[in-house]
Amino acid sequence: MLDYVLPRYRVLRDGDLCIQCGVCERSCSNEVHHVDEELGRVTANNGACVNCQRCVVMCPTQALAITRWPQVDSGSANWTLETMQDIAKQAQTGAVLLGSMGNPKPFPVYWDHLLLNASQVTNPSIDPLREPMETRVFLGSRPEILKVNERDEKLSAPLPPQLRLDVPLMFSAMSFGSISLNAQKALAMAARELGTFFNTGEGGLHRDLEQYADCAIVQVASGRFGVDPHYLGVTGAIEIKIGQGAKPGIGGHLPGEKISAEVSRTRMIPQGTDAISPAPHHDIYSIEDLRQLVFSLKEATGYAKPVAVKVAAVHNVAAIASGMARAGADIIVVDGFRGGTGAAPRRIRDNVGIPIELALAAVDQRLRDESIRSTVSLVAAGSIRSSADIVRAIALGADAVYCASAPLIALGCHQCQDCSSGKCNWGIATQRPDLVRRLNPEIAAERVVNLVHGWTHEIKEMMGGMGINAVDSLRGNRLMLRGVGLNEKELEILGVKYAGE
Amino acid sequence: MKRIYALEDWCIDCKRCEVACKVFHSKSKDPVKAFLFEQPRPRNRVRVEGNRTLSIAINCRHCPAPKCVEGCISGAMTRNPETGVVTSNPEKCVGCRTCVSLCPFGAVTIEEGPRHPIAFKCDLCGEVPGVPGSPSCVAACPNRALIYVESEGN
Repeated sequence: MLDYVLPRYRVLRDGDLCIQCGVCERSCSNEVHHVDEELGRVTANNGACVNCQRCVVMCPTQALAITRWPQVDSGSANWTLETMQDIAKQAQTGAVLLGSMGNPKPFPVYWDHLLLNASQVTNPSIDPLREPMETRVFLGSRPEILKVNERDEKLSAPLPPQLRLDVPLMFSAMSFGSISLNAQKALAMAARELGTFFNTGEGGLHRDLEQYADCAIVQVASGRFGVDPHYLGVTGAIEIKIGQGAKPGIGGHLPGEKISAEVSRTRMIPQGTDAISPAPHHDIYSIEDLRQLVFSLKEATGYAKPVAVKVAAVHNVAAIASGMARAGADIIVVDGFRGGTGAAPRRIRDNVGIPIELALAAVDQRLRDESIRSTVSLVAAGSIRSSADIVRAIALGADAVYCASAPLIALGCHQCQDCSSGKCNWGIATQRPDLVRRLNPEIAAERVVNLVHGWTHEIKEMMGGMGINAVDSLRGNRLMLRGVGLNEKELEILGVKYAGE
Repeated sequence: MKRIYALEDWCIDCKRCEVACKVFHSKSKDPVKAFLFEQPRPRNRVRVEGNRTLSIAINCRHCPAPKCVEGCISGAMTRNPETGVVTSNPEKCVGCRTCVSLCPFGAVTIEEGPRHPIAFKCDLCGEVPGVPGSPSCVAACPNRALIYVESEGN
């Protein structure tokens, strides 16, 4: 059948700069570049290019750039080139369209409509270089009343288990299988150095990463891959994954070709078989069922570590979160629709779920209205792009944030959204040995640590400007936010005033 | 002395080290001129062997008791007693290939010289023969598969 699908990108090669060294050819797992010695030039198979930009970065003479395929669309604002290409693809394959990473559609990014406050005259701002600033936060459930023995200056009853985070961010769940072991190891090393946590996702904890188990959060998801008493016992916290922002309402599917010997051993499933996570947990059909699983896990680990429950941000997320808190979750994680994924049906990724900003504000408000906000911790996830997003998330009511796309970008990810092909040229979303080795965890961990150090400095600067010296004092402090370009309803849900008010 | 070590676990066969080496050892130090215009063609002294799944950069180890120096019949291959850097003098080299056959690491190659084929090998990017510089292959490696570290033995 004639292929109606057009290339998406075009390789621009500056002939004056190209030295035909072949670095691009050896860097591309999609086999786009070819040094044609007969012709004495380097050719490109544009149709195979996914715009991962590995060749652009690797080229010793900066002779390369990737551009859009120059084909004009039909001229209709309705039948755009992208829409028609999707149809052409499906007409050819009869298959569900796959995509990766978070929702790329131009829905409003509410973070960009929220501005931060700063102190002027009437209250002093704080210089973080001269005065101490606290970025440490604790995650876990809090007792309703703190009983203190004032004579001994001690607590009369012990606090529930808490996670100590030196920075208010953790690395969100990405399983070994969806990402390479080197990528997971890099995040584990970075988490150790930064005093925070990485999340194993649903893929089990690889034996090489057990040395980082104290900074791991392990997931118990609907497939229950890799779960055994040892897995639950060695880590800092346990997370029950109900849903994921990128694909609410559906499960996961890691195809058999990605189940290598190591992935198989870690997930505890036969090599080469598909790893299918069902859409629901088959033992959870109500809040009461969730409570049973939460307490089964607490029982299994001697009530020594917090149990988190993660849900995708969907329409009635506030009510769900309230139920989760009452089901015994110590930490509630809400994942917005821009959160990433290794693979999801494109129609789900692009059309299901709601923005994290609105979900976070709604959940925080609901828990406050029900006077249970102080008993649980709230973590926001789903495309936290910068330190300013973290500050806004905390001001909207989060205790901390989960972050994955940004650390992956630090590792080299260029958001080409082709994770599901397993041919990641950056060695992140692949299990191919020749590609995995491209990611040296030592360098990768340094880059992530650098990023988070930079962000931490910026968070301190922004908090200092507001006259706030601790993340704890910023949490839920929505007076530090003002909206621009938002309508009354959006302001009401976000619980912020308009700029100038 | 500081030596270059190649780590096969992290070598990704991109050969950026080869490009950087060739450029450093060109007259112009410019990649476009070095690759496309300069005559005689500059030579790279590091070379990557293997394939995408397993590869390693082959580079001179600047041995404390170098076999190449011991075997050199023309006095071209010398080891600077102060710095430990082993270099080959193109003026003196007669291209007999004794060094090539003696080198346990396969780090010396014979390539076209000004008059006849001569030995080429790593000089640690020194501006002056025998004085180490800052190796350009190490700087060009994207994955830290080449490291330049202090090592035992002079």
